[in-house]
This record gives sequence, C-alpha cells and structure tokens, in this order.
Amino acid sequence: MKRKRTSRIPAGAPTLTRADFKSDQDTRWCPGCGDYSILTQTQQIMPELGIPKENIVFISGIGCSSRFPYYMNTYGFHTIHGRAPTIASGVKMANPDLSVWVITGDGDALSIGGNHFIHLMRRNFDINVLLFNNRVYGLTKGQYSPTSERGQKMYQSTPLGSLDTPFNPISLALASGATFVARSVDIDSGHLRPMLKAAFEHKGTSFIEIYQNCHIYNDATFELYREKEFKTDHTVLLEHGEPLVFGAARDKGIRLNGFQPEVVDTTNGEYSIDDLIVHDQYAEDTTLANFLAGMSDTPDMPHPMGIFRSVRHPCYEDLMTNQVRTAKERMGDGDLEALLNDGETWTVP
Amino acid sequence: MRKPVEQIEEATILFAGDSGDGSQTIGTQMTETTALIGNDVATLPDYPAEIRAPAGSLAGVSGFQLHFSSEQIHTPGDLCDVLVAMNPAALKVQLNKLKPNGILIVNVDNFARRNLRLAGYESNPLEDDTLTKYQVFKVELTQLTRKALETTNLTTGEIDRCKNFFALGMILWFYNRPMEYTMKWIKAKFAKKPEYIESNILALRAGNTYCEATEQFAVSYDVKPAVFEPGTYRNIEGNMATVLGLVAASHQSGLPLVYGSYPITPASDILHGLAQYRNFGVVTMQMEDEIAAVGVAIGAAFSGALGVTGSSGPGLALKSEAINLAMIAELPIVICNIQRAGPSTGMPTKTEQSDLLQMFYGRNGESPVPIIASSRPYDCFEAVYEACRIAVKYRTPVIFLSDLYIGMGAEPWKIPQLSELPEIRPDFAASADSNNGFEPYLRDPETLARPWAKPGTPGLEHRIGGLEKSDVTGHVSYDAENHEKMVEIRAEKVARIADDIPPTEVFGAQEGEILLLGWGGTYGAIRTVVENCVAEGLPIGHVHLRHLNPFPKDLDDILQRFKKVLIPELNSGQLLQLIRSTYLINAVGLNKVQGQPFHVFELHAKIDEILKEIGHL
Repeated sequence: MKRKRTSRIPAGAPTLTRADFKSDQDTRWCPGCGDYSILTQTQQIMPELGIPKENIVFISGIGCSSRFPYYMNTYGFHTIHGRAPTIASGVKMANPDLSVWVITGDGDALSIGGNHFIHLMRRNFDINVLLFNNRVYGLTKGQYSPTSERGQKMYQSTPLGSLDTPFNPISLALASGATFVARSVDIDSGHLRPMLKAAFEHKGTSFIEIYQNCHIYNDATFELYREKEFKTDHTVLLEHGEPLVFGAARDKGIRLNGFQPEVVDTTNGEYSIDDLIVHDQYAEDTTLANFLAGMSDTPDMPHPMGIFRSVRHPCYEDLMTNQVRTAKERMGDGDLEALLNDGETWTVP
Repeated sequence: MRKPVEQIEEATILFAGDSGDGSQTIGTQMTETTALIGNDVATLPDYPAEIRAPAGSLAGVSGFQLHFSSEQIHTPGDLCDVLVAMNPAALKVQLNKLKPNGILIVNVDNFARRNLRLAGYESNPLEDDTLTKYQVFKVELTQLTRKALETTNLTTGEIDRCKNFFALGMILWFYNRPMEYTMKWIKAKFAKKPEYIESNILALRAGNTYCEATEQFAVSYDVKPAVFEPGTYRNIEGNMATVLGLVAASHQSGLPLVYGSYPITPASDILHGLAQYRNFGVVTMQMEDEIAAVGVAIGAAFSGALGVTGSSGPGLALKSEAINLAMIAELPIVICNIQRAGPSTGMPTKTEQSDLLQMFYGRNGESPVPIIASSRPYDCFEAVYEACRIAVKYRTPVIFLSDLYIGMGAEPWKIPQLSELPEIRPDFAASADSNNGFEPYLRDPETLARPWAKPGTPGLEHRIGGLEKSDVTGHVSYDAENHEKMVEIRAEKVARIADDIPPTEVFGAQEGEILLLGWGGTYGAIRTVVENCVAEGLPIGHVHLRHLNPFPKDLDDILQRFKKVLIPELNSGQLLQLIRSTYLINAVGLNKVQGQPFHVFELHAKIDEILKEIGHL
C-alpha cells in the first residue's frame, strides 16, 4: 500500500532481537524515569521493522530525552539544542534509504527548536519524530517548559507561577501540515509499540507526542492519563472508523455540540452511540483532527490517544530526487568540463 | 568619414543612475564585450540595499565601475576617465570619482527642477561652475531614445526603460567595441518578449549612431588586447567562481553536494548558481533560517555527502554553535562567508573584511577551524575547492572567506583543465579495523583525521555528538585528562594542515624594506601598488595569504626578511592582531572601514610614509 524507500532485510538473513539494539553504554536516566520504557519499546520494535540495523539513524537535540541515541546500537547523532530536525533533514536528504528517527523533548522541539519543528512538519521528510513531553526542563533541574500549564510553580524559576500559555504539540503539528500525528504514553507498552510501528510505516514525517513522567521535577503531571485507576475515564482511544467511546464501563462518548466536542452519557437515553464522533484518521481535511487535538486543552475532557491524522503527501526527499532525475534526463549527467567552459569564452593561442 | 581613433592603454568607466535605470546591466554588458575582445578587466558594482529607493533620490543611486586595459590589471580603478550620470543624484554621489578633466556624460532630460531638488542641488550643476574642471557632454538621452523608438508599439514607460542601452551604444562607440555580443545577449534575454529585443537593439544602435553623427564627439578610443597566458578564458564573477568550485569539488570527489542556505546579501548568488545544477546531483535546500542551513550541511556530511552552507557575517553569527558541533564531531563541511560591512546588519551591499576574528574565535570553547580566503573573483574557484579538499581530508569544518567586492566583481578567468584539480578522496571507513569493534575516534596517525563511517555501512554503527568524547572510542567522557588531550588533538590536527599547503609565494623583493601582507579582496590594490614599487626598483614585497588558519609554515621566516611588515585591511586591524600575537613582530596596519575597497593611491601614500620613517627615502 505504501512504498518506503528504506531497504528491507534480505530473506534468510539472521533475525535480530531487542538485544541487538542495545548499545554498550550504561543508561543514565534517573531511576523510574519514563524514558526507560520508551527506550525499551523502541528497542523492542526495531527487529520487527524488517530493515537492516545499519540503515537506522537516531538523531537528537539536547535534554534528558536526547541522550537516547547513545543507548541504541544503531547510527546515532546527539546534536545541539533544538536543531535535530535540521540535521535529520540533511541525513535523510543525503541518503533517503535511511530510516531516520528524531528524539526530542518539549523544550528542545517547541522552545529553542520551535522553528525547525514546524518547518520539518511542513516539508514532510520521511522521518519519525518522538517528542517526550514531560512539561518540564529536567536536565537543567526544573524550569517550566513550553508545555507546562499556566501557573505552574517551579520553586526556583517561577516561584509565583509561569505566565505562558502552553503549546498543544498535536495542534501545532497539525497546523504545520504534519501528515502523521499521534499521541501515546511512556509506560503503556501495549499502545506505544503499535504507535511506533505505525509511525515507521507511515511514509512522510510522523509525529508522536509521548506523555512522559519526570518524577523528579514534575511528578504525576500526566497522572490522569497514565495511571491505570484514572486513565479509562480520562483518555479516549482513537481508532479509525470507530465511535469515540470511553470510560471504565464504556458508557461515555464524545459528540460534537456545534463546534464543541462534549462528553455525553450513552446510557441515560438522551444520546446513543450513533450520536458520537466516528474517527477518521485518513481525512485529508484537518477539521476533525483539530477538534480532537483541542480536547486536551479543555478541562474535564478526556485526552485522545492514538492516531489523529495519517495522510499521504509527497515527501521532500522524493521531490528533490525527482528534480535531480528530471534534470539529468533533460540535460544529461553533469559534464564538468563543459560547465567550466560554459558561456562566452575566448582562446589565447 | 570615420572619426579618428586614439590608442590608449587603459580606461575606467563608471555607469551611475537610479537603481531601476539598468546601470548594472549595461556595466555587465560592457564588461563581457571588453573581456571578449581581449582586454583585462576588473569591475566593482556599487548599489544600494533598497531594491527601488524613490526615483531620483541620493539613496537610490546604483553604480557600476569597470576598468579595462591592454596590460594585466588587478583593480577596478581608483578614479574614472568617464562617468555616465543618468540623473542629478547619480552626478552628486559619483562626481568625486571622476578624474579632473574626465569625461562626463549626463542625461540632460533628467535635470529638471524636481530631480535637482531630490539630489540636493540648489542650482543646476550643468549651468553653474560645478563642472568646470570636466569635459561635459550633455545628451538628451530620454528624448533621443524616444525618437529612435517612435515607430515601435511600446508605451513611453517601456521606451524609457531602453535608454540604458542607448547609453551603452554610446560607450561602445566611444571605445570602439562591437555591438554584436550585446545584441546576442539581448536576443537571449528577451527571447520570450520579441518586442523588447527590437526596441533595445534599436536603442543600442541609436546611441552608437548618435556618437558617430554628433559633433560633440570628435574622437573615439581604442584599448588593444592585453597579453594573456595561452589558454581558454571566460569572464567570471567571484560568487559564480565559488559555485563552480563547489560543483567541481563534488564532481571530482564523487561526493554529492548538499547546499543549505538562507537568503542573505551578498551570498544568495551562490544559492542561485548552485540551484541550476541539479543534473550534477547538486541539492540546494533553502531552509527556514541560518541554523537550519548549516544543520542540513552537517546532517548531509554525517550521511556521507559534501555538506556546504553559505552566508554572510550575521548568518555566520547564527551558525557558530552548529559549526562547533561539526568541529567536535569532526565532520567535513564547508562554510562560505561572503563578507559585507558589519557590525550587525551593517551595510549589506558594501564590502569589508571584518569577520576574520569572528571566524577565528567566534565559538565557545577551544574551537580550531581552518580558514581559507579567496583573493580575487576567479580565485574563489581554487580557494573554495581547497576548502573542500581540506574539509574532506581532515574531517573538519572549513571556513571559506570571500567578500562582496570579489564575490560580485568580475574578471577574465583562465579555465583550468580537470587534470590540474587536486585529488579529493573521501576514503570512507568500510570495516572495523580494531579488535574492539569500530572506533570512530581512532585516528590516522599522520593527519589525525578520524574515520568517516556513513550510515548504511554494516558493522560501523556508532554514536557521536557534541559532548566531549573519549579518545579513540568516542564515548561520552567527562574525564579531566581526556578532555585536555582531546582539545590538544583537535588543535594539532588543524595545525598539521600547514604541512599540506604549498610554499608561500613572495612577489617582488624577496627581502628588504617593506613586506605588504594581505588576505582576501585587497589583493588587487596591493599587487598593483607593489608592481609599481618594484618597477621603481624599491625593495618591497607582497605576500597574500590564502591559508589563514593555520598560517603557512614558512611565513615566520618571510616576515623576518623585511624591515617592516605592512598589513592593509578593510577592518580595524584583525590580521594585524593575529600576526603580531603569533609572530611577536611590530607589524603595522593600514586600515579602512568605509565599506569601500582600497584605492591604489592610499596604499602608495602609506608606503611612502613608511619609507620615510625607516630612512629609505
């Protein structure tokens, strides 16, 4: 159905396991950090992708999450703050055959690297972007981030509460023209793994916001969406073609009231399952995806988990490769001698 | 009967008018024709930052200076023999560049009261005594062009836009140059608008015929072809030479070229130039900002391509953190800095060489980066090619310095043979050559370069980054001794490039009174002055540095052979500081920070002053 450029492992080659993707470096996140689970799930799905290990590149910026490439036994580049999208774009452009993964955080992607983030989304390189959102700067010891809720009190940097309105990463990605937008949770391996694989399978820039807990500086910020006892009532799973039903008893749903999504009870007779929004992740139009994205900005609404949008658009690297191929067909392979002697010349005997 | 023709050795012409008047176009055409008939030429475009400043205003004056000769020349000339002023503002701004008794051609039709007022003239300079020391030719350029084009179907506005070709037709007559090259260019340029082909050629011819017919012009001039080394030549601008040098380096090394860029004057022409060569596999990426532009170059280098980015001073400031990443990750990229007058936004369309210390020191930590500077328009080809060679061989970012003056200036270029181009060998790592598996910082013992292992190569999976690395393994390391060692290794690697550059050429006296030490776009003015001094028998020499970091190994010895070292620079003394601190000598500077190149007379005056000081005169 879709055509990835990435080479596949030839038949008969030895099967890889998770262990093949663990590097020889000690992992140095705080004990209990959500990053451990994301690393494990990523290492877990790598052998299932069917591509040679040497064709995989992890690129990161700066921050706790950005140490990730050191722990993957693939090619990796731990770059500078906010700039991973630019370096990943160069890597992919120079060799479209590579499977390129950008590991970033809320500060890295949305603050210092905000400009690169939006432009990466609109160019639609076939790159996977995993944003570990913990709503805090961890590596610099706890300052509010561009996804921190307004009023967040960090005892050193914002003792009286932050003043900024937070970014909604999903809305920002959609507004930037992202062709694959999803959300998942660090410790929910059963959800995160399929999301990672879907991101890989998507041809174009795939963006996953991963709710990740920093229990040192911002513990429990996503408690309602992460912990078993709360999440059934506070998250709604997005499944293509399915109505938006949630709740421990599957008795609640999301319907559109005018332009406003609202939670309704499907058991009291006023509304039925037929009144609910039916998810369409393949819709070219982003209206529905934007409604769903906005839910996490609305108090008391469940946060959608899963794929908000997945559409097929041309990739930058393919368009560029086409330009090169067309130019070669039209003008022939570059002839350097002819190029240097181009235009009006004269010869001195 | 044909009017008499007088032989002269050289001439300098300055075309000046409103930015929309087409002075750059006719200047370029005159340059092309003059080069093609065999003169040596050098040019200096001088234009405002505004695309279309208000018509007739001083701010909107655009100029194009052209120097041509039957001898080898190196500069666009100090003062002009001919000034073509299309309006009072052009006259006001450029008159001080005309030699006494020089020829001034003015478009009298533009000297109405409104334009005089815009230029700040209280009375008409054509009628008062402003111009008494010049030979003034008042030409009704607008009226004559309208008359010549009255049979066409163009509007008056369209007709008036052809008057620059009327002026060019006059100048071609004046210097006995053929019109055919310009006609050929007009035909190609307006291939899709045939009505403009006819009108511009009519205007060109009319200007030419007017000079032959009018009694104003009694003689015309001829400049015999210059003597050039045998070879095939073309006329080339510095930025175009940079483009060709990059394409050549990509082609000869087999490395695909990825050029990341963000538009900025005067570097944008490199993006424009490279974008034409997709059939060479050249990828140009116009990015969201300067940082992204260098980011894609670094990413491309990590993937095994020739990553290049280009900008000017303000852009370089933004790129500095990323350049440092390439430095510590030891990845080959080339950063082109086409310098302009700073600081900050400064004067974007004026030249300067004031980014040298920024390039040396403008990064955090100990960050040695090789720096290579081109000296003249055609030298951009070789210099940027050399930057690519050093980058690839030593796995390091290399800064290539050019400037607006040479980037936009043009001169004849002897086209090199491909066999003359130095070899560039990527030598990618193919397999782990250690029992410990692949070690990305296990160095070549001679060059200290680390292996370049591109993703896609089985068995060489490795991680690099901006954190300090452990020697050999490349693992993250906070070890005190290791950090100091790595700082030393990175410095030593760059220092060893000095073993890989040819002996320094000393022009003129090999020892003696004064050594003029220059770099970058001051080459032409310095070489002209030193040639003059040598012709007078003065013991004066000239060294022009291409390699600024590291300095050539023999430079110390050369500096010691002269009583005085004079360093002329278009900054407040940046190379001067480096030379004084590196070699502990009492070098002196000649500094000019006006956004304009040196005049030859300015250098002569300084040399005379030094000669007097040291008792030679």
